[in-house]
Amino acid sequence: MSKRIETTDLNVYYGSFRAVEDVTITIEPRSVTAFIGPSGCGKSTFLRTLNRMHEVIPGAHVEGEVLLDGENLYGPGVDPVRVRRQVGMVFQRPNPFPTMSIKENVLAGIRLNNKRMPKEDQDALVESSLRGANLWEEVKNRLELPGSGLSGGQQQRLCIARAIAMSPEVLLMDEPCSALDPISTLAIEDLIAELKQKYTIVIVTHNMQQAARVSDTTAFFNIAGTGAPGKLIEVGPTDKIFSAPDVQATEDYISGRFG
Amino acid sequence: MTAKLSSTPVGSAAAQPKPGPDPKRPGEAVFRGLATGAGILILVILALVASFLLIQGGPALFADPAKLATQGYGEFVSWVLPFAFGTVWAALLALLIAVPVAIGIALFISHYAPRKLAQPLGYLIDLLAAVPSVVFGLWGSVVLAPAMLPLFTTLNSSLGFIPLFAGQVSGTGRTILTVAVVLATMILPIITSLCREVFLQAPRLHEEAALALGATRWEMIKMAVLPFARPGMIAAVMLGLGRALGETMAVTMVLSGSRNITLELLTSQNPNTIAATIAQNFAEAFGLKTSQLIAAGLVLFLITLAVNSIARWIVARRAQYSGAN
Repeated sequence: MSKRIETTDLNVYYGSFRAVEDVTITIEPRSVTAFIGPSGCGKSTFLRTLNRMHEVIPGAHVEGEVLLDGENLYGPGVDPVRVRRQVGMVFQRPNPFPTMSIKENVLAGIRLNNKRMPKEDQDALVESSLRGANLWEEVKNRLELPGSGLSGGQQQRLCIARAIAMSPEVLLMDEPCSALDPISTLAIEDLIAELKQKYTIVIVTHNMQQAARVSDTTAFFNIAGTGAPGKLIEVGPTDKIFSAPDVQATEDYISGRFG
Repeated sequence: MTAKLSSTPVGSAAAQPKPGPDPKRPGEAVFRGLATGAGILILVILALVASFLLIQGGPALFADPAKLATQGYGEFVSWVLPFAFGTVWAALLALLIAVPVAIGIALFISHYAPRKLAQPLGYLIDLLAAVPSVVFGLWGSVVLAPAMLPLFTTLNSSLGFIPLFAGQVSGTGRTILTVAVVLATMILPIITSLCREVFLQAPRLHEEAALALGATRWEMIKMAVLPFARPGMIAAVMLGLGRALGETMAVTMVLSGSRNITLELLTSQNPNTIAATIAQNFAEAFGLKTSQLIAAGLVLFLITLAVNSIARWIVARRAQYSGAN
């Protein structure tokens, strides 16, 4: 179900501009890894290389390798579409498909795989995914209504349900709570704690308390200045990063001295 | 986030004692007046057009059928019906040809073509819209009609069992199908550029959602772009249909039409359109005949109105699912 991610000397470019430099990191399965760092430090860009979503932007490319349980995602002949079916993603702003009902949203990924699924299996998958996203009780009576009618927090959990319906190996979350109120944020954080029993979770967050609350491992990214590439400064167990980091810049950032 | 909060001061409602334009801000009043005036103007124009058609066409509408038979073109409904049919039929055929092509081009420009190619291609399409209809008419009658003949013969001999392609093939090629191709070319640019605009506005957020689920480019378009663009596409198609319904010059020059109702596309017995009939007969018409032609114009006006209302209804029906919320 969940796989280990390893990157070695990964560089990400937008055209000729190097956005992220030489990232080497191992992300353990069945754990939550948080990326923190100031805006523009490349943490979201790096996250997007893990499911090849950065390729959506023209000119973006990668040097180095990303291994998913030993298999290089950037190897020759690897189809980005197949990669994205294994590595699910939740975005900063909730983005359920507005033209689809709640149920259709959950099934959106499965329908892409052209799987002919009997109706009972579909219903079971919808229920298990929505339960997995802690949303079932709130929406079970209105599965046929549009997903855009839900609150922001509910929409975000619907997006998580949509991602886990694909049974991905890895779940990437790009600031999943930054557009949500504190109560919805708490609901998502509780959910992350449950999901890590089944999935490898990588989360980008600007909220350091959140990183401290939800993650097992924390990676701190930083940038030397405008125009310079983002770098991975330090990675380690969350307790250690937040109490006794090895690098001074990490301590400065965490204690609020900059950023 | 903070900027958003501070931009809505709490006391703003209380600070304004009474609604309505502020006397101390003349610019506001002037702009409001201009905008309201422009809005009313369009209603006035529409009302004037409708009343002109009713008043001038009225004598023919309410005339004694016997009198119409001698001084006009004959009993009104049976006279106008074939032309109304021809109008709708030619426009529908044109849409059938133009819409898939237009959507294809628009999708290519918005989602497939590299930026360097997309821009000039967009300009070219817009340029096509600037070609006067008389030029299309000339091209249709001189070039396209003879060029279509071999195709017509093939269609007739191989698919002649389908009523559409049955009958004796026209010798000139100036049939309703040729007209439909000319009309399709004419409405292609407007449908294409409107569709391109709405496709480009499809939210990046939803496109990325589809891609992150492992959608291919085409699947992403089906999931995130087309549903979002649907109302805009319908509006684009309706604008194209409106132009096809009212097109006069190109039809007049290409079609050798008469007064009959037939679905056969390739024969020399073609239904004429309302607009072309008016154009062909107006110069010699007088008295009741003029009135009857204007009444035909009223019928055309009503057809266009009906088409637009149906489009509005289709768009409104699924408003809840639109991308707006």
